[in-house]
Amino acid sequence: MSVRASLLAALVLGSSLAMAPAPAALAADPVSPEATTVPVGAEPDGTAVRLDVSVWPQSSGKHPVVLLAHGFGGTKDSVTSQANDLHDRGYVVIAWSARGHGASGGRIHLNDPAYEIADARTLLDLAAKRSDVELDGPGDPRAGVMGASYGGALALMLAGSDRRVDGVVSAITWNDLADAFFPQAAVTKPATTAAGRSPIDVVGPFKQVWATNFFLSALRGGQGAGTGAADCGRFDPTICRLFVQASETGTASPQLTTLLRAHSPKPTMNAVTAPTFLVQGVGDSLFGLDQADANASALAASGTPYAVRWSDGGHDAPSTHEAEEVEASYTWLDHYVRDKGARGSALPTAAFTYGTPAGRAGQPTTLHTLTAYPGLSGAALRTRELPLTTTSGALLHPPGGQPASLIAVPGLAALGVSLSTYQIAALPGQSTALDTQPVAEAETVVGSPTMRLTVTSDAPDVTLFASVWRVTGGSVTLTNPLVAPVRLTVTPGRPTPVTISLPAATYDLPAGTRWRVLLTSTESTYSNSRTPSGIRISGASALTLPVATGAAVDGAVAGGVDTETLLASGALAVLLLAALAGWFVRRRRRMHLPARPDLADVPLVIEGLVKTYADGHRAVDDVSWRAEKGQVVGLLGPNGAGKTTTMRMVMGLISSDAGSVHVLGEPVSAGSRVLGRVGALIEGPGFLPHLTGRQNLEAYWSATGRDPEDAHIAEALDVAALGGAVDRPVKSYSHGMKQRLGIAQAMLGLPELLILDEPTNGLDPPQIAAMRPILRRYAETGRTVVVSSHLLAEVEMTCTHVVVMHAGRVITQGPVAELVDSDDTTILDLPEHVAHDVVSAGVHALEAAGGVTEVRVDTPTRIVVVADRGRAEVVAAAVSAGLPVVGVSSRRHLEEVFLGVISSASAPGAAGEPGDEGASLVERLRQVRAR
Amino acid sequence: MSETHAEGPDVSPGDALLDVIEPAPAAGSGEIHQVRDPLSWRSELRRQWGRRRTIWAFGLLLALPLVLVGSFAFGQRSSNSRGGASTRIFDLAQSGAANFSLVLVFLASELLLVLLAALFCGDAVPSEASWSSLRYLLIAPVQRARLLTSKLAIGIASTLVATVLLPAWGLLVGGVAYGWDPLTNPLGENLSWGQFLPRLALAMAYIFVTLLPIAAIAFWIGTRSDAPLAAVGGAVLVSILLNILDQLDALDPYRNAFPGHYSRAWQDALAVSPDYTDMVHGALWALVWAVAFTMLAYRRFRRSDILS
Repeated sequence: MSVRASLLAALVLGSSLAMAPAPAALAADPVSPEATTVPVGAEPDGTAVRLDVSVWPQSSGKHPVVLLAHGFGGTKDSVTSQANDLHDRGYVVIAWSARGHGASGGRIHLNDPAYEIADARTLLDLAAKRSDVELDGPGDPRAGVMGASYGGALALMLAGSDRRVDGVVSAITWNDLADAFFPQAAVTKPATTAAGRSPIDVVGPFKQVWATNFFLSALRGGQGAGTGAADCGRFDPTICRLFVQASETGTASPQLTTLLRAHSPKPTMNAVTAPTFLVQGVGDSLFGLDQADANASALAASGTPYAVRWSDGGHDAPSTHEAEEVEASYTWLDHYVRDKGARGSALPTAAFTYGTPAGRAGQPTTLHTLTAYPGLSGAALRTRELPLTTTSGALLHPPGGQPASLIAVPGLAALGVSLSTYQIAALPGQSTALDTQPVAEAETVVGSPTMRLTVTSDAPDVTLFASVWRVTGGSVTLTNPLVAPVRLTVTPGRPTPVTISLPAATYDLPAGTRWRVLLTSTESTYSNSRTPSGIRISGASALTLPVATGAAVDGAVAGGVDTETLLASGALAVLLLAALAGWFVRRRRRMHLPARPDLADVPLVIEGLVKTYADGHRAVDDVSWRAEKGQVVGLLGPNGAGKTTTMRMVMGLISSDAGSVHVLGEPVSAGSRVLGRVGALIEGPGFLPHLTGRQNLEAYWSATGRDPEDAHIAEALDVAALGGAVDRPVKSYSHGMKQRLGIAQAMLGLPELLILDEPTNGLDPPQIAAMRPILRRYAETGRTVVVSSHLLAEVEMTCTHVVVMHAGRVITQGPVAELVDSDDTTILDLPEHVAHDVVSAGVHALEAAGGVTEVRVDTPTRIVVVADRGRAEVVAAAVSAGLPVVGVSSRRHLEEVFLGVISSASAPGAAGEPGDEGASLVERLRQVRAR
Repeated sequence: MSETHAEGPDVSPGDALLDVIEPAPAAGSGEIHQVRDPLSWRSELRRQWGRRRTIWAFGLLLALPLVLVGSFAFGQRSSNSRGGASTRIFDLAQSGAANFSLVLVFLASELLLVLLAALFCGDAVPSEASWSSLRYLLIAPVQRARLLTSKLAIGIASTLVATVLLPAWGLLVGGVAYGWDPLTNPLGENLSWGQFLPRLALAMAYIFVTLLPIAAIAFWIGTRSDAPLAAVGGAVLVSILLNILDQLDALDPYRNAFPGHYSRAWQDALAVSPDYTDMVHGALWALVWAVAFTMLAYRRFRRSDILS
């Protein structure tokens, strides 16, 4: 799980942090700086030099000044955002492009006291002459100097050479440039400070890759190769030549060492009296923590106030606390420069701040503070011993120096520690791993672990690179991508003891882990000797670890992180409140439609029901009817008449647009409790296919939450007459079986109102016949049955009352007997094979008879007469008209009623042609019945 | 189709019912005797439990560790090639019960658990609709909100059971197959059993919370659609889409709010010194989305016309 797909994310995150300048001051109307050029000392060859300078002026009053120096390869524009910040805090800010950089003239002398540092002094003179700058004395402005890397060294060197400086902020810079490019981790004595290193008197191996980068970054900013010395760009030819020489040989010439040492804060550090804030990065393989340690030691020795802050960034990686580091720098300047804090006053920031690695890559480190830099407070450095289990080994230096181990892979810090590079670091035969015992107790190492060992080699020049790894289970991870290079001059074959100062950093030491010191003979970022040799390591001592327990800094973690927590919890709270409010409102509004006690005895009352679907189709239009106790009500209508929609509204499945439904006096809406007294089968049954018939009824009854004893499941199953199939899964049932089970489910609990939508669907004639008496007798118990159907004969035989719907409206309703029975209609049956002319003659005669309003020939053997006169007179008239009447009845079939009312409802104006209309309706009905 | 009735030909179906039926009670006296709330959690559980999808889901979950053990045993026969980091993970999985269960969780949390959450919560309502039984539940009557609550409760509970079962079963299978060694973390951090178990519980609780948005989205789609597949598939599709959007750096930092952005933050809980910031963020955002979509589902279902 170490390989999280967030490698890319970590890279992106890293770069975004690096680019985030947090320009809070931009909002406050940035002042445009005054650009000017300032003449400074000429080049060695006499060329006059002018610096490109920007001054952020203050409009009124006297203000302190800050010289803001940029990094190597940058220009005065690189520091614009900091200049704006400082200007807003009440400073006159002077930024300039250093000699050999940007639009300034001259060549790069690498912070030569005679050139770059002298230039800065000239700028202080310039500041002293400005009217908006506060003076401590004649020609002595109240001044701070701030810079990082190249600018940081300048700040220290300016403070060391010019007493007018009142405060210094110096970040990720060097103490001794020779030591930075030719580092030596073999030391003469164990460290007395956290990251202290007192190297032996042998120049270390050449930090080739960084030196080349250093060069290239200046060349990129230069004017090309045509300016003089071949490919030296804007470098001073002497420095250029020495560097090129070092690159070719891989060793430092004494001139180069002398020159680099002179171009360092080291010689003048003792002279610095201005309070100094040092920021140095753990993620910095160019200028390590040992450089800041040396600067701090010098300041401590001279009694100058100072504070040290270890960042997790540096030249290799962006800091995860960049904004806080910048803020701390401003605070330092504010205290000592702007507010003239006394030298003896309390420091404006913790004397020492360091971060411990976060649990995960890309996360900000956890900050801790100490009241003094370890080893410089007078008290001895706190250390712990960690014994080794492996104390010896052997390794080869490969001929030609290849392949080289890859340890300090540049930029790896941005990726976090989730990727193990052990395999490319510990090349077989070219490395020795010295493992410690497991750590008994968790601790944080702050600084440079040291160890002693003995080296025996067959060559006089021995180079070793030591790196610190953490071993857990089967995996080995590099805690910090740093190496400690060791270069020794030995007598071949003779054991030479050496003390090694391992890379300074903050290390977390979880209990149970082992540490591994990996010694390799090569490192890819260094210039490696081409001569092969064999090296033997023996007698390695325990690791001496500088440990510290700092006070954790809160807020650092809280900062920007809490915004998101706040946002998310805010959103959550708003949602929950909305949900709660909605619940209360609905509860209030659930003042149900008032109950109708007057209807408490009526099982079902429907009044003015209207439903229009979303597509505009008005399925039910002002429907009103009621079903009384003991009735079997048939709801009749052709397909699409609105029967099912009405039933769904009765059951609260769909909402009505207008009107009301009352069951036993209670209004019905979705989920009304009174629906418990209604059983229904609507548009076919619905069952859980994996359960048996019996289980389905049980599951349904269980869902009602009512007493199982009220269910009468056995009796209901008897209605369904499923036999042995009740214990088979429903998915094996036929359509008819499901239908019967559905009817049985509707009857569960013997509801007072039983609503069955097309109950005879899928049933065969005997089953239909069996259902008929059940429904009738069910109603006889004082309950009510509503049956919708388009089987007219069925309804006629089953129902006591009928409601006929058509096109969403009720067109007639009443008792079946009343509908089919009528006084004014007489049906005359004729014998078979009566001559057509006899019938037509008779009909004409009958029509002519008084009181007869209509005569219709239904079939060749059936004549319907509508008349105002009594039935006996109609029969007499028919007989006298010559019709051979063999039977007389008063009863129409429901079908006729149905067709009659439907035809009059669908074609109110087309009464002139009843025959055609009737014929087409008969045809439609046949189709319906055929289904 | 003619089933002969057990009691002989002279007894017609329905007689038994008519025998027990009593005259309808007088008005007002026919109070309904509720012994439990409509669609109690128990009855909803019974509706879901025997379903094939439930059995398959848990069956898959239980089979997964066995399949892993089997495939590891199979893989050992082949020569030990120079594997990348993923190979190391699987090597690590065989180092003990704790590692095995963790790898199992790692593998399953990405898709399997998401799918199960979407299935358990998304399928509950539309499956009833597709069987036509939803309307019978509603006229039983079960109030709309009550129906959703029961469905959601059982869906969430099933998800929780799956989330708990996965590591527990993984621990057991891993312990039997590879021994009971405590956790060795590839990041180089070992946890004792006493440290590991509570952390694992925390991680699983977090994973469970991050599953809730997908469950809620599936549930919401389920109230809008009668097709169970639409709900489950829709939710999984949404989660895939969000995953894709989450890759876009242009959406930073807004993507932090996406459900699923912090879906891997549970791994933080297993560090020696855990940093819970991301987990807090992830859990909060997950709850936001879960509540939002649950509210949408209730709002939708309370008003909808049931036409299924």
